[in-house]
Amino acid sequence: MAQVTAPSPARPVEVELRPAPPVDLGRAARLGLIGGVAMVLVAATGIVGTFQTRLLIDPILPLGLLFLYLLAFAFGWMAGKPPAALEGFAPARANSRNLVAGALAGALGGLCVGVLAALMSTFDLRGVFVQLSPQLLEILTFGLPLGAAIIAIVAISAVAGAIGAGVHLLPIRLKRSLLPALVWVMMFALFTDLVGQLFAGLSAEFLTDFLFTGRGGALTIVGAITVFIVVFVAYWLLGGRETTLRGRIEAMPRGQRTRFSLIAAAVILIILWFVPKVMGPFVSQVLDTAGIYLLMALGLNIVVGYAGMLDLGYVAFFAVGAYTGAILTSPQSPAFTPQLLLIVAIPFVMIAAALAGLMVATPVIRMRGDYLAIVTLGFGEIARILFNSEWLAPIFGGAQGITNIPDLRIGPLQLSTPQDYFYPIFLVVLIAAYVTYALQNSRWGRAWMAMREDESVAEAMGVNVVTAKLSAFVVGAVLASFGGALFGAQIGSVFPHSFDIVVSVTVLVIIIVGGMGSVPGVALGALVLIVLPNLLREFSQYQFLFYGVLLIVMMLTKPEGFIPSKRRAQELHADELSQDAWLDIYGDKPTTDATTTEPPR
Amino acid sequence: MTKRRIHMLAVLGALALILAACGGGTSATTADGVTTTVGGDVTTTLADTSTTMADTSTTMAAGELGVIEIAAGDPIKIASLQAISGDVASLGLDQVRGIEIAIANKGEIAGHSIELAFNEDDLCNSEGGQTGATRIIADPQVVAVIGTSCSGAGVPASNVITSAGRILISGSNTSPVLTSDLAGNESAEHHDGYYRTAHNDAIQGAAAAKFVFEELGLTQVATINDGDPYTQGLTSAFEGPFEELGGTIVLSTAVTADQTDMTTPLTEASAAGAELIFFPIFQPAGDFIPEQAPSIAGLEDVVLMGADGLLSDTYVTLPQSEGMYFSGPTTPTTPAYEDFVTQYEEEYGEPPIQSFHAHAFDAANMVFTAIETIAQMSGDTLVIDLQALRDELGSMTYEGLTGTLSCDEFGDCAAPSINIMQNTEAEADIEAVRGNVLVTYTREDLGL
Amino acid sequence: MSEAISVPARPIRSASRVTPVTIFLWGLRIAALAVILYGSYQSISSGRLSGAQWRDLLIFGTSTGSVFALIALGYTMVYGVLRFINFAHGEVFMVGAMMAFYVANGLAATSLWIASPFVSLLIVFIAAMTTSASLAVLLERIAYRPLRNAPRLIPLITSIGASFTIQYLVSGLVGPSTKDFPRMEPLRGTINVAGSLIPTSRVVVIVVTVIVMIALYLFVERTRTGKSMRAVSEDQETAALMGIDVNRTIVTVFAVGGAMAGVAGALWGLVFPSLNYFSGFLPGIKAFTAAVLGGIGNILGAMLGGVSLGVVESIGPSLVLAGYDIPAFSQLKDVVAYAALVMVLIFRPTGILGERLSRDRT
Repeated sequence: MAQVTAPSPARPVEVELRPAPPVDLGRAARLGLIGGVAMVLVAATGIVGTFQTRLLIDPILPLGLLFLYLLAFAFGWMAGKPPAALEGFAPARANSRNLVAGALAGALGGLCVGVLAALMSTFDLRGVFVQLSPQLLEILTFGLPLGAAIIAIVAISAVAGAIGAGVHLLPIRLKRSLLPALVWVMMFALFTDLVGQLFAGLSAEFLTDFLFTGRGGALTIVGAITVFIVVFVAYWLLGGRETTLRGRIEAMPRGQRTRFSLIAAAVILIILWFVPKVMGPFVSQVLDTAGIYLLMALGLNIVVGYAGMLDLGYVAFFAVGAYTGAILTSPQSPAFTPQLLLIVAIPFVMIAAALAGLMVATPVIRMRGDYLAIVTLGFGEIARILFNSEWLAPIFGGAQGITNIPDLRIGPLQLSTPQDYFYPIFLVVLIAAYVTYALQNSRWGRAWMAMREDESVAEAMGVNVVTAKLSAFVVGAVLASFGGALFGAQIGSVFPHSFDIVVSVTVLVIIIVGGMGSVPGVALGALVLIVLPNLLREFSQYQFLFYGVLLIVMMLTKPEGFIPSKRRAQELHADELSQDAWLDIYGDKPTTDATTTEPPR
Repeated sequence: MTKRRIHMLAVLGALALILAACGGGTSATTADGVTTTVGGDVTTTLADTSTTMADTSTTMAAGELGVIEIAAGDPIKIASLQAISGDVASLGLDQVRGIEIAIANKGEIAGHSIELAFNEDDLCNSEGGQTGATRIIADPQVVAVIGTSCSGAGVPASNVITSAGRILISGSNTSPVLTSDLAGNESAEHHDGYYRTAHNDAIQGAAAAKFVFEELGLTQVATINDGDPYTQGLTSAFEGPFEELGGTIVLSTAVTADQTDMTTPLTEASAAGAELIFFPIFQPAGDFIPEQAPSIAGLEDVVLMGADGLLSDTYVTLPQSEGMYFSGPTTPTTPAYEDFVTQYEEEYGEPPIQSFHAHAFDAANMVFTAIETIAQMSGDTLVIDLQALRDELGSMTYEGLTGTLSCDEFGDCAAPSINIMQNTEAEADIEAVRGNVLVTYTREDLGL
Repeated sequence: MSEAISVPARPIRSASRVTPVTIFLWGLRIAALAVILYGSYQSISSGRLSGAQWRDLLIFGTSTGSVFALIALGYTMVYGVLRFINFAHGEVFMVGAMMAFYVANGLAATSLWIASPFVSLLIVFIAAMTTSASLAVLLERIAYRPLRNAPRLIPLITSIGASFTIQYLVSGLVGPSTKDFPRMEPLRGTINVAGSLIPTSRVVVIVVTVIVMIALYLFVERTRTGKSMRAVSEDQETAALMGIDVNRTIVTVFAVGGAMAGVAGALWGLVFPSLNYFSGFLPGIKAFTAAVLGGIGNILGAMLGGVSLGVVESIGPSLVLAGYDIPAFSQLKDVVAYAALVMVLIFRPTGILGERLSRDRT
């Protein structure tokens, strides 16, 4: 975890400091070569070619090449980063050497792409690497002859790398305004139809016409500059603030803090109420899906996050919920058709899920972590195969699934559009979040956490491990089954193909990327891993590639998740803390949470 | 204690707000006059547009589904909704390529370029179909959607897209659930506005059964599907007619799509005394049955038969597929199709990777032709009446790469005849296999 | 949280108390046995399959199981040393098989393929082993080494990420289409083994696996490197104090595990000559199951687990399910495999050979 060194808090300089070590050029060269490999892969997997037709800013900035040179920028940024401040050394100051390092990394990366271009123009590599087409060569070389093209590629990459490194040279306030401005321009350019829908929902279509080439079109140059200036100015004005919002809230007296939270909750709820109306069917649909995943994530959070049992077959309970709901409500259900209302069917769904939870949990009570993982994975697959099987087709419809599931009806209200479903789904999510939150400090919750820390000790202290394990599985299963029932009703059909192991993995990844044990973290995880990929669906061909890379990078740099629970973050950084404590000659308190502390300037 | 109470209050307040929102939201929808249809809001918006349209241009009476207006210089938008990731990616990518070639070849319609505005992933499951369809219809300018790859995704997509007045036309859905059983019974999930250029499983199953019983004279047959709705549907569409003709299904079994070791079902088939194995599945699972069958005692001389899912260049060139029979729609052997394949290889660096590229190509071209026929100019603006577009697609006859396409009342447009082909030593590639037609059955021959 | 996943090793035995769970588990065991026995009796007594057919299924199962065993070695060796499940190992196998395909395809165009099949195969094997070993080492360096001291869930998630990344990189680089291995004439026939005709390729798989396994066993038990591997898996810190280069040993473990996966990949290509970028996923999961079945962390256990899983998968559906007249039972092959895993773990919660390991470690 060398990357995550928590910077020590600022304190008056009292002792003589040794000069900071300079930027390591050898490291820059290594980074450049790694970056080069990444750039070559981006070209050879067809990402550059596919996205070349997608213009970010009309007509100057196609996404394909931008992607390539953004990598040069990123690796330049890494190469030019001043070494982390060490105790006893002066804080490193960026200078022209950093720029050189960045440029070096970029140039080496560019060189790799140049070599690729040279290879492509000499040999026909398409027999193996299908994406290395003449069209790609044309894009990479800008249509120039090879020699000139290589020089151009290396030069552009070097400049991109140097700019990346140059970020470290900027004064802090400028940096804090410039980077968000660029990010916002990118967001506007990428999420064109989200932005377009937002403006349309707010009856501000004139903004769409002003910023974009049309509905769903690319950002215009004027649009990009406008967004840039607005964001830049806003951040510049805000940039004077010393503390973060979170810091200020934590500094409030208690009464004020409670009032603030209540007001904030109310504001968020009012915003949520308007979300489906403003955002239209597509974004609502995406949010509905995210809500269902969030529900599952909250349930799995109990099993994995609280009780410490790694369940890789969680999708089975989701499937049980969906199928029970479908059988009880659909007129097309093969075996028997009670055609209940979903509201009436819900108790049966819960009972079915609880039974399924017990069925899975009882045999695995005595199993250890890794054994538990593979056995639950097995149960997940067994569930999917059985729902798909011809043996049970007379009950579950087999490969042909169950169709014609009626929409959710509550009293006189008939829900049908994705916008309508937003409300019940988020109502259930809120209840689940509250239940999760309440359970955390309940008798059960404490028993789970004790068991997570050490099963034998927990048992010795009087915790009934069997009950604790069973209850965790059952609560998790019931939450997932709610998700399943809502899912079936909203889509209107269930097929076994929807209950793939990928769902289990996705839910697990949500709670880990978001921050295990932390409810807001799980919500953010669902947002990042479900909403973003769905909004950027043109990337779906490469979705799992990005997804995989994100997982690796995330685990290497921020394993506690985006919004960790305090306890977990402490555990994960225990090593660093003890190291800090050892170095801490001033007797200051060590930083408890690396994520909220700004580096000293 | 007080802290807890405050939390409770906060949560209760939140719930109350949400409940209010819930009620408010739905009653607001009802107030718009939309009560039951999915995607109803969009329909309303379209209807609004059409009213304003009717005010300005008196020349045209808009159909009840509304119209799409395309201003001078704007492209005509169509969308693709195919499985382009996961283990079925090749099925969808193949069709996306077919659509892209169709767009490139068509160039423009009435002076407007054609834009593939969305290249959505149907994920080969229902939520993928639902999400993708919802995203597409959120853009009111999209005229038609070419998709889905998988019937499972097609069920919700058909509902969402047709409710919004738009067209969904698929190149590879074959499940009877989406149209009819071909005996005049509408299926539960059929919606007006859904069409397909792929054939209905019912035709192909009956044709294959008739061929095996009457031409090959075999009566003991084992069927193997892979648990996919398509292959499961096709084996049951085979079994019914085959037993009606007087044959016996000695074994009806299934494998999984990712299974490689087929020795268990093959041993069972051998034990059951199968003379022929009908396995309408896909690659790579389909590669392993002929590969392993000869090594099973009792299956040395078994006759093997697959369906169009295996009719691809990569399959018929396998040594083990020699001698196999295939059922499939009358397949293109025309120079036009050869040109298409050449273009495909030039563009994508590999020969067609699955068997539905031409169906998707035809689906796209049917839409283009229909738009060309019914689109009208109103001043500078191109106006497409969605009801007229449906009517045109439902009644037109189109000569495509995959044969003559004309739609029945439930949206089945595929060339209503099935070829039975054989891959013998003489046939070197897919073209030759497709040319080696033993029998052709039309819908009338099969009494459907 | 660092102990979140490692629930204590000792199975909880509440000495004299008979809890409802104990009764339930015993009931489950008896019921499972009864179901298996009745099903087997029904299907054997029906005489549906002949003795020769049962024997063939056994041999086919053994050859598939051999490949599972080879892949399972990678899971189990890494687990033995680092205590984490390298989820991406199935992809290491797939990349080895892909490399074997391209090399074989290249060789098939030359005269060497026909003139000297043995040399050609050797080249294919070496290429696949080198590729898989390099990929495994690369993964260790990039994705796992920085997480050496992190809680065990973290590298597991990383390996899931690595698995996705490798799959889709391969799909992007060489295209998603199915690749067909060139056939080798001498392998297409059958061999007469004790009166029954077995496809040569199956025999080759079993023979190669046995040779490789013996070599690996000798390597681990007899060589210095093998000794240091065992030392590191017993106790990393003490091993380091004894002068063993822990990093280097771990790299060796990954390399050896990768090479085994490479051999498995090439063998897979001989028996199941079609593959695409997704072909590593299911064998990976199966091998993982096999490793747990045998007792994860235990090399002999992986061998045993792999072969038993292959045999159970091959015979189980026909033996047990057919006895109950279940339609399309070969579809339920994977259900049989996972159910067997659950059953074994109910009887022996640490796998077939897992006892020693679990008692030694907490």
